[in-house]
Amino acid sequence: MAIDMSQSTGVGRSGDAGGASAAPSSRYRLNFITGTIAAAIGYLFGHWLGNAIAGHYPSIVNSGSNDPAMLLGFIFGTVGWFAGLGALNYPIAKLWGREVPLAEKKDKYPFMEYFSYSTDHKVVGKQYLVGMLFYFFIGGLLALAIRTELLSPTYHIWGPATYIEVVGEHGTMMMMMMTSIVMGPFGNFLIPLMIGSKKMAFPRLEAASFWFTIPAFFALLSALWEGGFQTGWTGYAPLSIQGGVGQDGYLYGFAMMGFSMILASINMVATIINYRAPGMRWSRMPVFAWGMITTAFTMLLSVPVLIDGLYVLGLDRAVQTSMLYGEHGGSPFLWENLFWFFGHPEVYLLALPGFALTTEILPVFCRKPIFAYKTSAAGMIGVAVLSFFVWQHHLFNSGINPDMRPLFMLSTELISIPTGFLYLVGMGTIWRARVRFTVPMLFMLAVFFNFLWGGITGVYNSDVPVDALIHGSFFVMAHFHFTIMGQLMFAVMGAVYYYTPLLFGIKLSEKLGKIHFWSMFIAFNSTFIPLFIVGFLGQPRRVFEYATRLQGLNQWVTISSYVLGLSLAFFVVTFVWQLVVSRPASPKNPWESRGMEWQVNIPIPAENFERIPVVLSGPYEYGNPNAGPIADLDPVVVGSES
Amino acid sequence: MAIKSDEVGSPAAEARKHGGRIFALWFVASVIVDLVVWFVWGPHMAPGFMTTTAAGQVFDFKVLTVLSAPVLLMVWIYGGYSLIMFRDKGTHEDGYYVKGNRKIQATWYTLTGILVIGLAAFGTYELIAPAGAGVGEGPSPIWKPNNAGHTLIVQVIAQQWRFTYRWPQFGGMETTSINLPVNTEIQFDVTSLDVIHDFWAYQLGVKADANPEVNNVAYTKTLQTGRFVVRCDELCGIWHGAMYNYGHVVSQSSFYSWAHSMEAQNASLTKLLPKFSTSYLPKDNVVGGQYFNSSQA
Ligand SMILES: [Cu+2]
Repeated sequence: MAIDMSQSTGVGRSGDAGGASAAPSSRYRLNFITGTIAAAIGYLFGHWLGNAIAGHYPSIVNSGSNDPAMLLGFIFGTVGWFAGLGALNYPIAKLWGREVPLAEKKDKYPFMEYFSYSTDHKVVGKQYLVGMLFYFFIGGLLALAIRTELLSPTYHIWGPATYIEVVGEHGTMMMMMMTSIVMGPFGNFLIPLMIGSKKMAFPRLEAASFWFTIPAFFALLSALWEGGFQTGWTGYAPLSIQGGVGQDGYLYGFAMMGFSMILASINMVATIINYRAPGMRWSRMPVFAWGMITTAFTMLLSVPVLIDGLYVLGLDRAVQTSMLYGEHGGSPFLWENLFWFFGHPEVYLLALPGFALTTEILPVFCRKPIFAYKTSAAGMIGVAVLSFFVWQHHLFNSGINPDMRPLFMLSTELISIPTGFLYLVGMGTIWRARVRFTVPMLFMLAVFFNFLWGGITGVYNSDVPVDALIHGSFFVMAHFHFTIMGQLMFAVMGAVYYYTPLLFGIKLSEKLGKIHFWSMFIAFNSTFIPLFIVGFLGQPRRVFEYATRLQGLNQWVTISSYVLGLSLAFFVVTFVWQLVVSRPASPKNPWESRGMEWQVNIPIPAENFERIPVVLSGPYEYGNPNAGPIADLDPVVVGSES
Repeated sequence: MAIKSDEVGSPAAEARKHGGRIFALWFVASVIVDLVVWFVWGPHMAPGFMTTTAAGQVFDFKVLTVLSAPVLLMVWIYGGYSLIMFRDKGTHEDGYYVKGNRKIQATWYTLTGILVIGLAAFGTYELIAPAGAGVGEGPSPIWKPNNAGHTLIVQVIAQQWRFTYRWPQFGGMETTSINLPVNTEIQFDVTSLDVIHDFWAYQLGVKADANPEVNNVAYTKTLQTGRFVVRCDELCGIWHGAMYNYGHVVSQSSFYSWAHSMEAQNASLTKLLPKFSTSYLPKDNVVGGQYFNSSQA
């Protein structure tokens, strides 16, 4: 095992980037409090500047809103936020010719580390997990508010204006959060462990990607205090140009989330390509890493288009360029195309991480290898590539390019082939397995069950004549809740149960977990299956009034959604209780997994691996009597005496 | 990679045993479900048979359901059977070591490929043959009904938050309600005065976005009389949920008497309207259509 492991390149070592390192004394660290103060100052400055520049324009004087002031407030607020967090210390020090090493990693951090600009991938993973679950629960409360309004077809609890604000906040918040709920927590935390690295490639980008999600969240939420936005998460122009300054919160928040996604995915691609341990060939790479790299590439190519679109929308609103409405030569179709050119790859980059987690965890509890490993990687690559060729299926009724419809129908239906690969892999893996029905496994099986509804109804949506019936109805809404919540969120929940030993050193109770699982699974299906019928019978999305004959079904759905909310509340309470109070200790590798990430001690050492391991075999050799260990964790190093 | 099915132990015999049972269960269940879908549910399926395009939607939905039910059942029955038979019975053993099977993988790729290409071909035929299947085809439609001579043209004008209708064959009058004659080819010209709306006449099987300053044409042919609901199906602001009204398909004679009396009644108002056109600039109709403050510039 004589592989040159000398660390002359600095790979895998924190600090010591070469050169004269004048480490600044870290007596106190900047954190989110200083960040918030600086953000407030920045916002006030930007808002003042906007008023000074644009306040006297006739289009603004009597409009009651000033988009330049709003947007400049957000921009300077974000700059202040990052300055207050200390994110700018490094580039400023570089300008002064000083070399600032990364903070030393520690086995145990003070609590405030989790509220600081940390460059330890294990800290960022936990920050992301808490942050994205927080997003999810706020978005979930908004969903319950929507369902409450729909208890009655005519009696109103919120009224139309508040209702549409809540719908838009719920949709946008969820779509922003879902992009990052796997790559953020599990990608950042697990990928270095899985591929045998001590760190992610760009720790500072990693920190920035998380800290962008905070201004994204608050910019979006602030819209509620600014009259909201009426466009839903799709932001169709010219309605989005007509709206008040709440719309600026939407576009700025979404754009900040876009920045976060771009940074996270650059980091992910660079890490997976360059930081694999010796012997971690592409053909031995965990499926989860395949999921992360395909997701990251999809993000890198689609998110910039969203940011372009939001930029154009912001200019149309703030300085009256006319790119998205017709009167001076623009077109609302431009927005529809830009938005969905991002929007459709987005829904696949939500699905891929869910399947990646599922396929990763399935063999552990089947006690046999992944069936057709290469097919699963090919399925993910196929979905990622095809996702860029389907976006106009959202616009079958729009009047754009009718001659292109057969093509987009074909490309959309073709995507069921690589998606089918993932089902083949799952079904092959349970063939003659020895299935252990642990809580994570139950969630992963539910992923296949739920996604099947979403996938099959996706074929209905892609068929133009049938889409004419169900487009824009609750049928579509039920379809994508099955693919996003039914698939991705169930995978995330399973992963939370599966990976808490690594993340927090505790093993969650199986009994409480099963109560959570069964209540969530039944309530979820009971909420969303009737919505297919509601949509099929003619109820459009995002309405606050509907046909009285659909009241029974809508009430059933609302009650089910309350049960679903209670189930998730049960999860939060039991999770926090076990995390903070009872802390049931986890043994090393409690699931008897072969994965690299489980070969380390719990709690995980600061540097993950004492030496860069040498990978000897694939991670899924369950049931193979001749399988050796997955890796040599203490390889002999050339040039050292040992 | 692939282990041949007769190399280790008797996997082929195991496969035949379990596979036979799964196939039998699946086949019986699929036949029953498909027969129920086609013969029991099918005749009552929404959105009904008021027009050719609505009937087309019922037929297409039925075909897709008959094709997808066996797929759903295959995964359920295979999954349910395997999870019961192949569960860990407390022995804590490992499963059967197999990493792939060329024959099964190839069969799967081929079958899903054929199914998907077939679905796309079916969908394309069902889109083109019935003249666009009731979907908005933009300002210059490429799939038109054959007897385009006897077509009733109805212009649908959407604005926040209502629909009105203009009738170029009846002096360009504008009405707030819609009646259609039975057994007639209809051409809808859909447009908007402000933001994007969508004209969804549920029982007529017609759906077309109403885009500002652009015409969007959709065709259908009425077959039965009755009431239909029109809803806006593209989020258009706070009162989107209240943007709906009702129309009727009536006999040809009652349609013409209604249309002619409306034309006479509205004659004085029709003179004040902008000239009939396939789309309107917002400033041509300041009443509800002004969405951008262009007079400031
Ligand atoms: Cu509308």
